[in-house]
Amino acid sequence: MSGSLPIGAISRLAWRNLWRNYRRTAIMLLAIAVGVWAMIFMTALMRGMVDQMIEDGIDALPGHVQVHHPAYRDDPNIENSLAEPGADFARALSSPEISGWTARVRVPAMISSERDNRGVTLLGVDPDGEVALGFDPDDIVEGRWLQGPDDTGIVVGAKMLERLETDLGKRVVVMSQDPDNNIADRGFRIVGVFRGKLAAIEESFAYAGKGTVQELLKMQGRVSEIAVAGADYRDVDRALAIVREAAGAGSETLPWTELDSYLGTMMGVMDGFVLVWIVVIFLALSFGLVNTLMMAVFERIREFGLMQALGMKPATILYQVLLESLMLLLLGLVVGNLLAFASVAALRDGWDLSVVAEGMEMFGAAAVLYPALATRDLVMANIVVIALGIATSLLPAWRASRYRPVEAIARA
Amino acid sequence: MTLGLRLAWRNLWRHSRRTWLTATAMIFSNVLLVFMISLQVGSYEMMINNTLQAFSGHLQVQAAGYNDNPKMRSSVPDVESLTGQVRAALPDASVAARAAGFALASSEERSFGIQVMGVQPAYEPLVSTIPGLVSEGRYLDDPDAAEIVIGSVMARNLKVSVGDEITLLGSGRDGSFAAGVVTVAGIFESGMTDMDRSFAHLPFAYFQETFYMDGHGHGIVVSLAGLDRVDAARATLVSLVADRPGLAVLDWDALNPGLRQAIQADMSSAWMMYGVLIVLVAFSVLNTQLMSVMERTHEFGVISALGVRPRKLASLVMLETALMGLLGLLLGAFLGWLLTLYFHANGFSYPGMEEAAARFNLPDRMYPAITPLSLMLGPTVVFLFCLLAAVYPAMRLFRLHPVEAMRAA
Repeated sequence: MSGSLPIGAISRLAWRNLWRNYRRTAIMLLAIAVGVWAMIFMTALMRGMVDQMIEDGIDALPGHVQVHHPAYRDDPNIENSLAEPGADFARALSSPEISGWTARVRVPAMISSERDNRGVTLLGVDPDGEVALGFDPDDIVEGRWLQGPDDTGIVVGAKMLERLETDLGKRVVVMSQDPDNNIADRGFRIVGVFRGKLAAIEESFAYAGKGTVQELLKMQGRVSEIAVAGADYRDVDRALAIVREAAGAGSETLPWTELDSYLGTMMGVMDGFVLVWIVVIFLALSFGLVNTLMMAVFERIREFGLMQALGMKPATILYQVLLESLMLLLLGLVVGNLLAFASVAALRDGWDLSVVAEGMEMFGAAAVLYPALATRDLVMANIVVIALGIATSLLPAWRASRYRPVEAIARA
Repeated sequence: MTLGLRLAWRNLWRHSRRTWLTATAMIFSNVLLVFMISLQVGSYEMMINNTLQAFSGHLQVQAAGYNDNPKMRSSVPDVESLTGQVRAALPDASVAARAAGFALASSEERSFGIQVMGVQPAYEPLVSTIPGLVSEGRYLDDPDAAEIVIGSVMARNLKVSVGDEITLLGSGRDGSFAAGVVTVAGIFESGMTDMDRSFAHLPFAYFQETFYMDGHGHGIVVSLAGLDRVDAARATLVSLVADRPGLAVLDWDALNPGLRQAIQADMSSAWMMYGVLIVLVAFSVLNTQLMSVMERTHEFGVISALGVRPRKLASLVMLETALMGLLGLLLGAFLGWLLTLYFHANGFSYPGMEEAAARFNLPDRMYPAITPLSLMLGPTVVFLFCLLAAVYPAMRLFRLHPVEAMRAA
């Protein structure tokens, strides 16, 4: 027998050794599979929840980048407005990085029916621009969406309609302040009712035509914010640069990660959490893995001694044990990945959590959870298991290769 | 020490490395579970207390339906005398009457829609943290004065400071037009932007008069010494208002419907994760005990040939597992306690926590709560699952044939 066996022979040896104690191998395999399943599936659930939270949050902002008067965010007053963007701005924004934009008037207001009154955020919008930015006309459950910037109707949330004890087609009075601090008020007919993904949105926003609101508040040609949607919310840097350039000095251009710092940190927190979760599960697995290999090595001490006495190099023994571990890990990974894919597929229509809907809303999450399998997480889980798995197998493998032939043979 | 116990203990250490590895898996999970559960319990407590103290109290008496749909007209008649009765019935509790409405607040330069609340200056500080958060000026002291305490963001947005006047426009309980001019007595800063932007307190009697309340209020807030007093106090209140139709007693859970559900959602997702950890440890134990049974086939064959019943052998294996589990439980709980103790003293924080904390009404460091439950719950569950895992190896002993077993190496 030569000192270094061909790799084919070593792997055949490793494979057969793996099944000498098939119960032990099967249990370990099951443990690895469950661990890998948990890493991938639970991560997909969390990712799904956070992605949805961020997307809903961005829809409510709306947009990935917003331009305001520098003082507006602290003091959302009509005085802190911007000139309505002109043709130059539109030209600067015609880039593949930008998927849509709109300018809107956004002021605090009081809305009153004949029965009750409420504080509300009045949005003077360009209806088509809002749709481009994520307002879904299918969310209108009664009546219609606004028909143009000069539409004289108002669209309110279903919850607001209930609070005001009014109905589609009835009139409401909207009061706000014009730039001279005179109370401006105007009657609007409710032409549409929308349902939001989160109750808070339904209760706090009312949409009216931009031109109508500008006229009411004597702010023709001025808007409160410009909202821009980029190609991908995960990567807004280029879109941000374009908008910042176009908006110029005298305004504040911010990405969504800074506009809503809670949402902004969620993505980073989530990435950190995924890594911690994968490593924790791996650690829980690693004790069993080391134990299994240790036992497999321990009961074969005599054999290893004999092999060495016959001329096998210690390195070959090391490879053989590592190969056993690698096979075990790969098998576990295949089963675990398949289980995870199957679980995600089984939940592709969403997991209804409406029993805790109000609690989920506190986190800013909707009541139906859609798992999102991210390639990055998948790759990370598999790499962590293989890399750390081989690393933890080094000790038992090294020990196996260190027995002195004579002592080892004498031992059993 | 009985013979069985001694035997089990010695068997455990025949493969000391294997036993330690398996026990370490338990210790690792137990430390993690103790810490995580303590952290959860601590943050839930904080979340509940902060929310209840800021606003809702533990219990409220309201007009039926007001909580779901807060309307000016859904009110409690003769609220001040009822408040007096509640105060007499619950001598240990803090009780205050409130009325609430919306108004357009205008300063010289600005106007905003705000939520105004009529509060009893003498009692409100006992049921809410807002009066204690006044950072400029003072809190209300005269129930009749035309004064207002507003949030810091509102003060900035209205461009007013202490001593300035604000005009309030709204509608009264009867739907008529309500208006008043009030002086800013104080400005509070809660750190929660929404609250600081839109909340204002007015003296109760002044609110009554301005909004034509006619003796009505919108709620009687009861703040208790702890959550464990809620059930008894609710029973007292229910019997107290039994003769007053149209009134409802709501506990903190009904007043803050998101709170318990948020805790439940968080709890169940956490337990899904703990479950995976526990199952993995159980697999480890299963493997170890199965090996330990199989390598002793010869030995067990000899013992049963000598007349020891399989039941005895199985209970020996269970005892071995229990001892190993106990080792994991005690060391795990102890080390977990040490870790938790450190963070209990120093607080725990992770990147992004500050933003999340602001949203959930929490301080930006969390302090895990050390209770017997949070210390022992995780380790006990791990212990039970380990025993469960050892059942299969132990059951194999019932199928042992002494002669065949003795032939095994």
